[in-house]
Amino acid sequence: MALDSRTTDEGRNLEILIEARHLHKSFDGTEVLHDFNLRVMEGEIYGLVGPDGAGKTTTMRLLCGALKATSGEVHIGGNRMAKAPEQGRALIGYLPQRFSLYEELSVMENLRFFAEVRGLSNQTWHPRTIEILDFVGLGEFTTRRAGKLSGGMRQKLGLAAALVHQPRILLLDEPTTGVDPVTRQDFWQLIIRLSVEDKVAVLVTTPYMDEASRCTRLGFLRAGHLLVEGSPKELKDPLKGRILLLKGTPLPMLRDLAKENQYVQDALMFGDRIHLRIQRGKQRKVRSQLRKQICRAGGQLMELKPIPPLMEDVFIAFVQPEVERSDSLSKGNSA
Amino acid sequence: MNTVIETKDLTKRFGDFTAVHKVSFTVERGEVVGYLGPNGSGKTTTIRMLIGLLLPSEGSAQVLGYDAIQQSEEIRTRIGYMSQKFALYRELTIEENLSFYAGVYGVHDRSRIQEVLDLLGITLLAKERVRDLSTGWRQRVALAAAIVHEPQLLFLDEPTSGVDPTARRAFWDLIYTLVEAGVTAFVTTHYMDEAEYCNRVGIMRSGELLAMDTPPNLSKRFLMGRVFEVTAQPILEALQALGECRGVLRVRLLGDHLSALTSYDMKTRDLKKALRNQGFPRVQVQPSDPSLEDVFLALGREE
Repeated sequence: MALDSRTTDEGRNLEILIEARHLHKSFDGTEVLHDFNLRVMEGEIYGLVGPDGAGKTTTMRLLCGALKATSGEVHIGGNRMAKAPEQGRALIGYLPQRFSLYEELSVMENLRFFAEVRGLSNQTWHPRTIEILDFVGLGEFTTRRAGKLSGGMRQKLGLAAALVHQPRILLLDEPTTGVDPVTRQDFWQLIIRLSVEDKVAVLVTTPYMDEASRCTRLGFLRAGHLLVEGSPKELKDPLKGRILLLKGTPLPMLRDLAKENQYVQDALMFGDRIHLRIQRGKQRKVRSQLRKQICRAGGQLMELKPIPPLMEDVFIAFVQPEVERSDSLSKGNSA
Repeated sequence: MNTVIETKDLTKRFGDFTAVHKVSFTVERGEVVGYLGPNGSGKTTTIRMLIGLLLPSEGSAQVLGYDAIQQSEEIRTRIGYMSQKFALYRELTIEENLSFYAGVYGVHDRSRIQEVLDLLGITLLAKERVRDLSTGWRQRVALAAAIVHEPQLLFLDEPTSGVDPTARRAFWDLIYTLVEAGVTAFVTTHYMDEAEYCNRVGIMRSGELLAMDTPPNLSKRFLMGRVFEVTAQPILEALQALGECRGVLRVRLLGDHLSALTSYDMKTRDLKKALRNQGFPRVQVQPSDPSLEDVFLALGREE
């Protein structure tokens, strides 16, 4: 098997497990994915972040061979999916957004079913399912009927089913949407362990910005276009020192004053505070100017300090110009 | 009248399933109150009882001074409700949708429609059919439809799920514009970072309201400690070591770094020193603000 590989900073060869080259997909003439390129190495957790309808699920389905691309190529563990889909699929564990299980069967019986589908022999499925159920934290619930599981436990069983054949690649389609925060936390600990300990390549889609920060690399997908990608650090670095927290009263006045400042690019209200995005290198200027302006206007300033940028700030800073353009376009059309 | 919502032991049972259990809270005029919880925790059921679409099994609710059981008609003409599934006519234009809702609420002044279109920045799109709009724009139209009769109180049920962050921020800007004009907003969400936009946040779990307070007060009440960000390699070994440090109550992995909840008296340099002594010479430790997620985790497990 000829494997694609790339050398890392440490000089070690990391295997590329997921690769998409110039992937396009259209449904009835409507393009839903445009020139999509992706490389995910062993041990990486790649987050594909985007709103509903951005093309996240379509991408997942193209990668696992459930959908055929209009053009472009997918390679899974070096196997070209158009030529050797079986070899590729054998390496993939896929947890779709709506995971179906047999409500009438127990946890263990469900998992046995998935093990058999994946071709595990009679000798291997049992120890493997025990191991995997312990791993996801369902070890005590092997006899419970799947229909009686909570939402969080169902998600964990879904993950167990995706892992039963020890895949090197894990595709997770919005695995934590709508589940409670504790389960979400558990789920991420499992994913991170798989990537660190077993070098599994994980591709996960999510609409949550805070979740994106947990990935080793991430890309923002919007309307079928991959807009930017990088590690959380690479993406946040350009905004370092440029997000300020502003607290005081009255809040709306403080916001209006901030918006008038020439170095302030964005001022966003939260419940009891405002976040400002300012031009690079203007922190000292903005702070002293605002302090004076607020005082002069009779407001009270309680706090004005830099805070670490959030992934959401990154998205907005990168994507804003695009939005404005598309807004004026659609407005132009309708006028 | 400054209290716009008051519930006492509000309860809803469907057969032997209790969707909402003895929920009591108040909302004051001009507040933005978040109602946070996972799917199925009883958020929508609560709203449906407040606006008179569902009869409570027990307990009471007053909305804008009216009884939610006896006077739901009075309530419904004075509140705006934006449901998860935007109730818009896809084949109609934005303007036609707004005219329809204006008619339903008995708003005959045509200038109000124009006012709402301007306020939400959709005037130039007024002749577009709703089916041709993106989710973000549809969400704005749904908000427009919910405020066409100038309600004093807005119920927003997961208004921004599935839209992208830019649209979400623009949406919250609008909400704050309305709040500055005297409107009160009650917003359900399962995004923890979205709850940060609210003055106060109620935390729902399995039908029970665990707490409702400002985010800083929630942290104070439930967190019982400080939060630190820790960066060290190799990360799994560091996770283990961090968990064994004195004064560390809970640790978690956050992708490329770790987060630790510690006792109140923990100092950055002490934690750093402890990890250095355990064989992580290049460890970085930074105190960080607790997030609502930290609070949620402190509240413990559902199952």
